[in-house]
Amino acid sequence: MTFLIQLLNSIQYGFLLFLVASGLTLVFGIMGIINLAHGAFYMFGAYLVYWLTGVVDNYFVGILLGLPIMLVMGYVIERLAIARLYQRDHLYQVLLTYGLILILNELQKILWGSDFYSVPVPAVLDGSIALTETQVYPIYRLFISVVCMLVAAGMYFVIARTRLGMIIRAGSVNREMVQSLGININRFYAIVFSAGAALAAFAGMIGAPVSSVYPGMGDQILIISFVVVVIGGIGSVKGAFVGAMIIGLADTFGKVLIPDFASMAVYATMALILIWRPQGLFGRT
Amino acid sequence: MIRYFLMFNLLLLVAFPWVGEHFYVGLVMNMMIFGILAMSLDLLIGYTGLVSLGHAAYYGLAGYLLAIISPESAAVSIWLALPFCILGTALAALIIGWFSVRTSGIYFIMITLAFAQMLFYYFNENTDLGGSDGIFIFFKPSVTLGSITLLDLDNHTVFYYFILACMLLVYFLLRMLLASPFGQVIQGIRANENRTRALGYPTFYYKLVSFVIAGSIGGLAGFLEGMHGGIVSPGHLGWHESGLILMIVILGGMGTLYGPILGAFAMIFLQDWFQELTVHWILLMGFFVIAVVLFLPRGIAGLIEDLAAKLDKPATDSKPLATEKNGESSDP
Repeated sequence: MTFLIQLLNSIQYGFLLFLVASGLTLVFGIMGIINLAHGAFYMFGAYLVYWLTGVVDNYFVGILLGLPIMLVMGYVIERLAIARLYQRDHLYQVLLTYGLILILNELQKILWGSDFYSVPVPAVLDGSIALTETQVYPIYRLFISVVCMLVAAGMYFVIARTRLGMIIRAGSVNREMVQSLGININRFYAIVFSAGAALAAFAGMIGAPVSSVYPGMGDQILIISFVVVVIGGIGSVKGAFVGAMIIGLADTFGKVLIPDFASMAVYATMALILIWRPQGLFGRT
Repeated sequence: MIRYFLMFNLLLLVAFPWVGEHFYVGLVMNMMIFGILAMSLDLLIGYTGLVSLGHAAYYGLAGYLLAIISPESAAVSIWLALPFCILGTALAALIIGWFSVRTSGIYFIMITLAFAQMLFYYFNENTDLGGSDGIFIFFKPSVTLGSITLLDLDNHTVFYYFILACMLLVYFLLRMLLASPFGQVIQGIRANENRTRALGYPTFYYKLVSFVIAGSIGGLAGFLEGMHGGIVSPGHLGWHESGLILMIVILGGMGTLYGPILGAFAMIFLQDWFQELTVHWILLMGFFVIAVVLFLPRGIAGLIEDLAAKLDKPATDSKPLATEKNGESSDP
């Protein structure tokens, strides 16, 4: 019956991945920019919540303070660096955002050092809940899943039911047409990018108590997000969700079933899906 | 004009061991090895149009293959080690390429990165091969024919010229390849794949072959590095290494083949210099990368070619036309 626990773990991990991957895929789908530094936002979210929680002594206030910081950071980076990448070859986008990773990673080391940090689970969410007579499951992990579900639902609402979402969807399909309809889509780019950065940072924040905070955590999540986006199809939020769940399952059950090759399970899954559909499950050819 | 510049540089390289300190000769050997690696990536990016973010995988893999086949107590024969490493790397490139080349654009970038990471994690977690600490290569492969030692690669200078020879060999082989019909097709693929396919070429196989060739040459670089450094670690396969090689190709100037060699020299020199400036040299490196992307997209080779074009151009105060010979004035 640990199957149930592993299943819940997969779902929780999948949701976290979805938050990060959706930002990545949205930025690419709408702005046409591949942002390698996306993982660094996740990392900065985690470090910010570690630092702020230490300062104000309250985890939730820490998150509330950290999010605006991340929104501003995303906006500044977009204006200073990303804006110069529009319409340029993917190669240069990859390189410039790679340079950004180097800068952000080193900045993190300068600000907070190279140690591993842990963020304590807030007391109100500490403890476990009984699933069956013999199994218990940490409340905090359920909290993560629930919060991510709410955020995902919120994203769906914004994208599918609001005018902003309509513009975003249209812009990801045909940018020029949206502009010729009189909408200044450039103004939306900063919003989309900041939102993506904040999403990734938020994932880092709520994930911090379970995954600890360490240098290089951004690189790790970035690669997995790439896999998620490739599987799901670039530009598709639905694809990011499905891809994230698949990877969540592959990773968790891979660790359980084939511990020696656990990290390869994720890539093997990607390879299999790509043989079947090279453009991803929901990608446009 | 550029040819004279390159030949001059070659002369400098040939002469260097006689004047350079041991440490710097070793550094230049590093530069040449990265030159080979960068050329192999240029074949992919600059000539076939495939942007791979996982090229270091073949570089590191070859190093590990060398470590696997080198016994701890004696030197392995180069006639065994080199084919083993190159063929092993080529096989890996074939398998990975078969999955990757069917995608294009951004998917290709991500997939090559993901596969390279897969290899990275495999070696990182494999304790038999040293795990995250890496594995040593205790003896350089021996180059013997029967009982005669053809080359003593333990001799620093001999090894230097060996690497130089490899680099030149790779350069001229690639030049020949690119001038051949095969080379023309892959350049056509870079220009416009659909049109090339419409001409009847099975572009998947051309891309795959190019991928395998690039991977094999990358493997050669890894083989040489294994010999030079004596140690292989998972970091050699990591994506920061891949990013570095990509950076070298762009810095040098992609699509020129000699550009990446210059880029390798420049980058390793810069890395060395930055590391002396500050412990947070990675920050400087990040800014440098961004600066190159924004201000020097065509790389050093681009600069050289612009300069050469200016020098080759005839004077703008135009000489009189041929009519002057006949005594006629060219004035209207």
